[in-house]
Amino acid sequence: MDLVLFLTFALIAVACAINMSLQRHPVSSALSLVGVMVSLAVLYVLLGAEFIAAAQLVVYSGAIMVLFVFVIMLLNTGAEKMSKKAGTAHFLGFPLLVILLAVASWVITNATSAMKPVKFGAFTGGGPREVGWELFTRYLLPFEVTSILILIAIAGAYRLANKEMD
Amino acid sequence: MDYLLVSVIKTLLIAPLLLATLAYIVWVERKVIAHVQLRVGPYFVGPHGLLQPIADAVKLLTKEDFIPSGVNHFFYWAAPWLGLMFAVTGIAVIPFGPTVDIFGTKVNLGLADINIGLLWILGLGGMGVYGIALAGWSSNNKYALMGALRSSAQMISYELPMALALAAPLLMSNSLNLREVIETQAGFVYGIIPNWNLFTGFQVIGFIVYMICAFAETNRVPFDLPEAESELVAGFHVEYSSMKFAAFFMAEYCNMIIVCSVATALFLGGWHPIVPPAVATFVPTLLFGISAGFLFYHGMNNIRPNDRYSFPFFGVVFAVLALVFLIPGLGPILNSLFWFFGKVGFLLFFFIWVRATLPRYRYDQLMKIAWLFLFPVALANLVLTAFCVTLFNK
Repeated sequence: MDLVLFLTFALIAVACAINMSLQRHPVSSALSLVGVMVSLAVLYVLLGAEFIAAAQLVVYSGAIMVLFVFVIMLLNTGAEKMSKKAGTAHFLGFPLLVILLAVASWVITNATSAMKPVKFGAFTGGGPREVGWELFTRYLLPFEVTSILILIAIAGAYRLANKEMD
Repeated sequence: MDYLLVSVIKTLLIAPLLLATLAYIVWVERKVIAHVQLRVGPYFVGPHGLLQPIADAVKLLTKEDFIPSGVNHFFYWAAPWLGLMFAVTGIAVIPFGPTVDIFGTKVNLGLADINIGLLWILGLGGMGVYGIALAGWSSNNKYALMGALRSSAQMISYELPMALALAAPLLMSNSLNLREVIETQAGFVYGIIPNWNLFTGFQVIGFIVYMICAFAETNRVPFDLPEAESELVAGFHVEYSSMKFAAFFMAEYCNMIIVCSVATALFLGGWHPIVPPAVATFVPTLLFGISAGFLFYHGMNNIRPNDRYSFPFFGVVFAVLALVFLIPGLGPILNSLFWFFGKVGFLLFFFIWVRATLPRYRYDQLMKIAWLFLFPVALANLVLTAFCVTLFNK
């Protein structure tokens, strides 16, 4: 059952990711990205990381991607057209992509050869309670630093928005 | 295997019931608004217009499915079903009643019992924006686009105070599982005040903030700016007809049921009755019995000729319902369902009541309410609750 679900959603994720690069229209690309995120959320659930899955749904696909789509709609961008300079990218793109994938897979297999493969259902510490506990004890400093980072971003956004008003 | 079988049976039971409920809420809404405005509402299809939803369904199914030129076909087609899908899946995590024994099998009343129930609903609520935003954008109509933009901005803004208001009762129950949240609200204080988060948790402010946000999240009057008729014709669904239009309608009502169920679970004690259990067992029987009595009386002394037959018929139905609640074994299960759906039904009635009473807000007012009033109030409520929970360790 787990394996069937994993294969289904892994396939959907990969298909959506490929579709995202192939689509000419920005809205289609953005929605393919949403598809990738939702299938990743399902994979998180399969691995026992329930809270991360929910956060993925709420934050990434629910808030951030909505803003993306929102902006694309507001700008009312049409389908992308191939520019003349894109010729080199057209020819070099695919071989470069293959090389990148080869290097990445080589590095990953080398780096993770010592690790054990994951088993579905083996990990149960991904609930909201466990994640909250870890966040406020072991990872308190990074957690607080991140919140300060967000505060800085808010201040920056406020400054930028005010500048436009003047 | 047992689990799979039970889940399939529950889904097969709940899915048609949900669709029927969605159809009949429309009927109830039209009736209630009509009576508020001193009209009779749907009346001619079936007794008191009771078959009107079926007539509506037939009408919507057979209507021409008009597609305007210049639309983005894929997204135009997908948007309403996407919206409906996210709305309906939210029902899955709502517990309707306690865990009961049916033929020796422990069955949770409700589809899925997951640890992140509330987060799941919030996540789907956020995803629900896509249905509306895509519909407005793909229609190639400026009114539709304006409606979609308004809706997205409104839903994103109101999600913040909503989540903050919901966090306060969660602090008290120390769980995100809706079933566990409801189970912590069992019992009575001093034998008379129900131990709901609304009363003994002092969450009155949180409840009010949540309900205001719920109106905005479901795009209902007084916050129905996305479909403001006087400004935007019909907003994001202006170009939709036939079943696609019906899908938007169903999604809206389904979202209403979900927000009301969440309010019931988090603030109003879920399936726990408002009166002590000794009395609560007989409340449904009494209510249905009195209704049956009324119907019999008015059927005998009928003013309209049709009532001679229709009123006693429903009187018999209500009387049978009243007796069903007394059957041992089945009675307690139905009783908890009665209390849960009674509370949800009352909140739904409140939604309709507000629609019949209040005018629409202006768009800048809508945003001001969210950011300058609801957000700080919800935040203060959360901080205060957190202090109290740490102090008294409730």
